[in-house]
Amino acid sequence: MKKSQREIMVSNRQITRRGLMLAGVQIATVTTLALKLRSMQLDHAEEYRMLADGNSIKIRLLPPARGLILDRNGLIIANNEQNYRVTLTREEAGGEVAPVLRRLAQLIPMPEARIDELLEEFSKRSAITPIVLADRLSWDQFSAIAVNAPSLPGVTPESALSRAYPRAGDFAHVMGYVGPVSDYDLSKIEDPEPVLLLPDFQLGKIGVEGRMEEVLRGKAGARRVEVNSTGREMRQLSRQEGEQGAAVQLTADAALQNYAAQRMGEESAAAVVMDCQTGDLVAICSSPSFDPNKFVRGISSADYRALMDHDHRPLADKTVQGVYPPGSTFKMVTLMAGLEAGVIDAGSRYYCPGYTELGTRRFHCWRRGGHGTVDAVKSLEESCDVYFYELAQRVGIDRIAAMARKLGLGTRHDLPMSAVAEGIAPDREWKQARYGQSWQIGDSLNASIGQGYVLASPLQLAVMTARIASGRQVEPQLIRSIDGVRQQVAEYPPLDISENSLRVARAGMDAVMNSARGTARSSRISREDWRMAGKTGTSQVRNITAAERARGVISNEQLPWDRRDHALFVCYAPFEAPRYAVSVVVEHGGGGSAVAAPIARDILLFALNGGLPPPDAIPSDQRAAMDARHEAMHLYKPEPPRPGRSRA
Amino acid sequence: MSYLDYQVAQVPTGFRKILYINWPLVVLVVAVCCIGFLMLYSVAGGVLETWAEPQMYRFAVGMVIMLGLAFVPMWFWRGISIAAYVVCFLMLVAVDLFGTIGMGAQRWIDIGPVRVQPSELMKIALVLLLAAYYDWLDLRRVSRPFWVLVPVVLILAPTALVLIQPDLGTSIMLIAGGGIVMFAAGVSLWYFGVVIAAGVGLVAAVMKSRGTDWQLLKDYQFKRIDTFLDPNADPLGAGYNIIQSQIALGSGGWSGRGFMQGTQSRLNFLPEKHTDFIFTVLSEEFGFIGAFSLLTLYMLIVGFCLYSALSNRDRFASLITIGISGTFFLYFSINMATVMGLLPAKGSPLPLVSYGGTSLMILMLGFGLVQAAHVHRPR
Repeated sequence: MKKSQREIMVSNRQITRRGLMLAGVQIATVTTLALKLRSMQLDHAEEYRMLADGNSIKIRLLPPARGLILDRNGLIIANNEQNYRVTLTREEAGGEVAPVLRRLAQLIPMPEARIDELLEEFSKRSAITPIVLADRLSWDQFSAIAVNAPSLPGVTPESALSRAYPRAGDFAHVMGYVGPVSDYDLSKIEDPEPVLLLPDFQLGKIGVEGRMEEVLRGKAGARRVEVNSTGREMRQLSRQEGEQGAAVQLTADAALQNYAAQRMGEESAAAVVMDCQTGDLVAICSSPSFDPNKFVRGISSADYRALMDHDHRPLADKTVQGVYPPGSTFKMVTLMAGLEAGVIDAGSRYYCPGYTELGTRRFHCWRRGGHGTVDAVKSLEESCDVYFYELAQRVGIDRIAAMARKLGLGTRHDLPMSAVAEGIAPDREWKQARYGQSWQIGDSLNASIGQGYVLASPLQLAVMTARIASGRQVEPQLIRSIDGVRQQVAEYPPLDISENSLRVARAGMDAVMNSARGTARSSRISREDWRMAGKTGTSQVRNITAAERARGVISNEQLPWDRRDHALFVCYAPFEAPRYAVSVVVEHGGGGSAVAAPIARDILLFALNGGLPPPDAIPSDQRAAMDARHEAMHLYKPEPPRPGRSRA
Repeated sequence: MSYLDYQVAQVPTGFRKILYINWPLVVLVVAVCCIGFLMLYSVAGGVLETWAEPQMYRFAVGMVIMLGLAFVPMWFWRGISIAAYVVCFLMLVAVDLFGTIGMGAQRWIDIGPVRVQPSELMKIALVLLLAAYYDWLDLRRVSRPFWVLVPVVLILAPTALVLIQPDLGTSIMLIAGGGIVMFAAGVSLWYFGVVIAAGVGLVAAVMKSRGTDWQLLKDYQFKRIDTFLDPNADPLGAGYNIIQSQIALGSGGWSGRGFMQGTQSRLNFLPEKHTDFIFTVLSEEFGFIGAFSLLTLYMLIVGFCLYSALSNRDRFASLITIGISGTFFLYFSINMATVMGLLPAKGSPLPLVSYGGTSLMILMLGFGLVQAAHVHRPR
């Protein structure tokens, strides 16, 4: 059909009109799109940019390397070592983890049960979460896995820092240990640092590790990483290394600590060596010990049970937590209280018939036959109980207790260790408050020889000895320096005790060791320049009944272990210029002079000599025995001091 | 006006036709496609082989098709319009009966080695047929009810077939494309007004009725509508895609994060980044400048087509050009509105830029027709 020119014109006009309308609609649409673009890209770009960055940029914390703990000579006591481990990410394994695990089991020991356990875990966790397959691998195992990486898709060998205690049990009680952060730990911390929430982060639990946590932890670093939509890390944008925690140097000497631990052996015992002038705790050792590394790695329940069930209580720190009746080691306190009160002077004498009668009760001296006439020095030298029974009745308990506190007993010493015990220096007020009973004269008699209510920790006994030796208010110090900054060097003020009283007490302690009738003469140091003063103590852990007395006192050897007497000994040397004070408590060890004194003497000698005691330091008849003991010990070889920081 | 009516002497012949091709339009199409290659290279992480290179081969084939078709005179197109429509219609029927399942819907048909998507071809065929219809129809009858009903049936029949595939997007494109030709042909605006009003009213009524006593559909049917409207929605996070795409778009800012520096796309936060969401990659990496430039290029293409249509005295050629450019306009505006969050998420490619052969071929075919109309316009 042929169109006329007019028809074509009408058609064209109409199409033009409609085309322009259409163009108008299109322009309106495009304008809307452009405005929306402008609004999003120009007006709100910042908000979207933040959302995009929030999507793709994540902060990953880098746990800081923990501060090292060193001994006074710079030997490393707590270290950070590389923990080699392998992780597996299911996504990278192509979803099939079982064959990879079986192949891995050919390289490292991996029991079937462990594989099942892991498979179970993989099924529960997201595909991109790396799961630790095995840790604490040896270097050989680690490199074997690295070499075989191509046949182990998704397996990543990696290394992380983990706490290690190269001296194993020696410092276990002082140091404490670190462990994974528990919910309980977090509940105690207000506003915990985010780094604590990292899996595998190690937190100091007890001991120095626990108490110095803030110092040792350091500052966490951070990495800014770009992640994709599944959370997988694509690349690192920036990395800020954390700051290693400050190195903490202890006052303790690792070699001495090691010797003390070895010297006590399997005894349930505690030894404290304190510098008489500075208060430095040169050794502070509780026996038996445990391996803190096991706690870091996660102790097996069997191992834990063994530690808990052990009757020698290896987990308890007997040096500061354990309190014992100090027995005769307390006699210096009573003596000086009497001297200070003017009740006696050095020449005052009491007669010891072997007992004191108080009303109808008899208080026995340890020597049934009595000591005869006893003066101040002899009272200590032969440890005559009756002398102190008489003295206590005249001095009164309150003055004895005051003297005890002056010497550091019944006081909690501030040390960065766990559960430092306060001990008890009892007086009237104390008994009233504690038991609601009035003080009896008999209580004073018991207290005068360190029995009854009196309780002291080995640490307190060492402080007491150091204060008697130096005449100054020496405080125990455990931290020598933090991050190289020396702590506490100020001189201690003199004790509020007259020099005369101190001299009498020292003379008595000297006589204990060096006079012919001294109770610890057999443990004396024979070298004059290291002349040693000390005091034995044997404290009952049970009452001796009249019936038992009638039958004759049963010797310790016949009693079950846990009912035997505690053996105690305190000492210091050199006598003229006191350097070290030592206290030793052997739980249920028997007699102080027989059991505790030789241990204390050996430790003291090691401290004085800075190494194994020279043979000429002790009486010649004991040298062979000492050599034999040293032969049997497993001592650390002396090693050169190392620089203070490890590779982190 | 039959082919005999053309003033043949003034219509270029043989290779001289190449001088009469609408070259600015060709340049614009090439420019847009080059932006596409750039973006495909970027989203592949700087790798040519993944998407950009295959797309280049297809583009080369597409160019040949476009320029080839430009040489074919209009009388041929008018002559085959009915046949093309019928063939496409039968292919649609065949797809519904034996078609391959792809993307959860039957859309493809395998003819020997060639894989054809008849619904895409139908877009062109429908425009062709309607243009021929209105060219044939007496101008005075254009708005008569019966003569309006005929094209409506012609539009709705293939639409229904596409809808049961199911492919709502293409169905809407078919209706809109046909509607544009009818609109341009001068069908009374009342019809459009009534249809739009009725459509809006019906949808509103159905949606409004949800959860009321007079609910027009059953609950499960509403759920079906939900999934029907957006079958690929992430059930774990409805709207995740669109949120991420908006973030990508907005974070581009004025000048973008730089070529290959878009974090959203490179880190896989963007879904379908090489196809439906490629505009967000462009916006993220080149910012407002890049996005607006592409928009401008698209509008220039539409503008040149429209100018060519309005200056063409051949009614058939004008209607084809308007129909094809209108469809092209719908293509990119729907895609952009979707990724900007102005329209509900519905997968549709960005014309000439998104990775995909069929879409590119159909568009080049369409532009070939536009070129033919331009070359053979009565002078």
